[in-house]
Amino acid sequence: MSTIALHNLTKRFGTLTAVDDIDLEVSAGEVLCLLGPSGCGKTTTLRMVAGLETATAGDVVIGGERVNHLTAAQRNVAMAFQFYALYPSLTVADNLAYPLHAEPIAEAERDRRVAQVAEVLELTHVLRRLPGQLAEGEKQRVSVGRAIIRDPNCFLFDEPLSRLDVQLRETMRGQIKEVLSNLKKATVIVTHDQFEALTMADRIAVMRDGVIEQVASPHDIFAKPSNIFVASFIGTPQMNLIPATILEPTQGVSNFDIGSQHIAIALKHRLRPGDRITLGIRPRSFELVAQQGPETILADVDLIEPMGAETLFHLAMQDHELRVVVDRARRASVGERLAVRFRPEHTHIFDANQQLMQP
Amino acid sequence: MAWRKRREIGKAGWGWTGFAGIISFIYFFPVLWIILTAFKSNADVLSVPPKFLFTPTLENFVSVFRRSYIPGQAAVDTGFDLFFFNSIYIAGTSVALALVIGTLAAYGFSRYPLRGNDTYMFIILTTRMLPPIIVIIPIFLMFRLAGLSGTYTGIIALYTAFNLPFTIWMMKSFFDELAPDIEDAGRLDGSSERRVFFKICLPQVRAGLAATAVFGLILTWNEFLFALLLTGIDTRTIPVAMAQTIGGDIGVRWGLLAAIETLFLIPVIVVVFALQKHLLRGVTFGTIKR
Ligand SMILES: Nc1ncnc2c1ncn2[C@@H]1O[C@H](COP(=O)(O)OP(=O)(O)O)[C@@H](O)[C@H]1O
Ligand SMILES: [Mg+2]
Repeated sequence: MSTIALHNLTKRFGTLTAVDDIDLEVSAGEVLCLLGPSGCGKTTTLRMVAGLETATAGDVVIGGERVNHLTAAQRNVAMAFQFYALYPSLTVADNLAYPLHAEPIAEAERDRRVAQVAEVLELTHVLRRLPGQLAEGEKQRVSVGRAIIRDPNCFLFDEPLSRLDVQLRETMRGQIKEVLSNLKKATVIVTHDQFEALTMADRIAVMRDGVIEQVASPHDIFAKPSNIFVASFIGTPQMNLIPATILEPTQGVSNFDIGSQHIAIALKHRLRPGDRITLGIRPRSFELVAQQGPETILADVDLIEPMGAETLFHLAMQDHELRVVVDRARRASVGERLAVRFRPEHTHIFDANQQLMQP
Repeated sequence: MAWRKRREIGKAGWGWTGFAGIISFIYFFPVLWIILTAFKSNADVLSVPPKFLFTPTLENFVSVFRRSYIPGQAAVDTGFDLFFFNSIYIAGTSVALALVIGTLAAYGFSRYPLRGNDTYMFIILTTRMLPPIIVIIPIFLMFRLAGLSGTYTGIIALYTAFNLPFTIWMMKSFFDELAPDIEDAGRLDGSSERRVFFKICLPQVRAGLAATAVFGLILTWNEFLFALLLTGIDTRTIPVAMAQTIGGDIGVRWGLLAAIETLFLIPVIVVVFALQKHLLRGVTFGTIKR
């Protein structure tokens, strides 16, 4: 079975802890995206799985077997590097064929596999070229091709699309997803781009400072971020995070103090009056209403950013900024005062430790 | 690389091209003068003012290999065929050895650094910091004691040792430039460390090998002082033999010397032209585009 499991995996470089005691399981055929800001330890994690970096502590288990003691060459793992790492002195065809050198197969069979992979990745016309003569997108496809030409235990991709331009990135996202779905192997894709993660992954692991903050499906990561970091990292425009103080409830409705305004939302959370919390609301979850009510706050339009089909309003509420996305038909002028309604089903509450509170 | 577009913008105009031509000519003039002299008869060599137009003759080249030492006597072999062989054999072998040992050492220094790696690299270089004349006496004594004076083994070992620091420093800088990810990719693709070195690293530093080989060859080819003291009659190299050709009863035979020098130039020119494609990339060091 092609699976990957990491147990208490830790990597220190001197005093710096790049990867801090992480646990992760990837099942056969599953695509897991390791998502996090630059420098959070994604590449280091991948390199430990591949055997290019020795773990300071913890275990790497591939296909049910603990592989800590095996070298990279012995682990039978395929990896596509962030900067492609193509062999500069070999042609594209030889680059693709290189991983097969260790396998006892006939030359005809090898050529057939190269031709097949080149076909899938549309590289047939550049097979005779050297890597230095390729466009960025072609290099990227060669690096993917070199990974999938063998039949390894699992696949690792380090920011496979980060160096492509926006359009190419979109087509490649779909293409890689299609290729991977046919391979039925445990796959880890590292990325710092949430769209890549949300579109390609079966599950997403959000990482920060060497720690995995949450592992969940793309839907759950978006709908139920387990803490403020994940909430603010996923989704654009960023989720609004509004500090608030809990007031005495009235008839099953929770009351909050936001700066100088009060707000009443019908929430099922058990809240203790006096506690300080953070309200998390996505910019698309607000509603602009004509009438002020207990569920609304007032804010002034500060900046208007058209985004095509929608418009992003930056609203000023005392010293706080509120991002609200509305249909582009909704017009407003700078300085106008708007009433914004909170909707209970779309309001996340984070406690003083920044963790999501369950209703 | 036919697909690469020829540079049009910023192409040098005639003025600059002419200027570069004049500078090149000034540099090349001594070499040109030697080559012309080699084809002159003795009378033409000594004529004042110097002649640029003359009837070329090959007599100097013949006398390099066979001539009479005392006027009137029959011509005898000068032994220069052996000296040419010696120069090629000694320089070629010692540069090849230095390249093999030095490249392996440089890879080690680059990829498996020792504690205090830089100190070792510095110590390696110190052996080339002293002027050769200062170390010649201890080395001469060591060679006498070891019975290496006048042997091929001795002079080849010495030249190898002299070429090593330079080779190690050059090759280390080339290995340092390589992207480590490419080697890691090789490891993941199932390559042993030996295969990573031979199949992945070495092909990427071909330009560096060529540049290092050429510099080493030129230095070794022209070396005079150690060759003078440490080679015997059988192992003599051209620079020493050339020096011994100066003098004699009838004064310096400039035409003969120029002929030796012209022949002496040929191997260097052949090697440089053969490696030129790599050389131009090699000497630009880190600016190689990946
Ligand atoms: N070989 C190394 N030596 C020292 N520090 C390293 C090394 N590799 C990575 N690091 C550090 O570990 C941290 C995580 O790096 P990395 O895994 O490359 O992050 P990411 O891939 O998420 O951008 C960074 O702070 C980086 O500087
Ligand atoms: Mg990285």
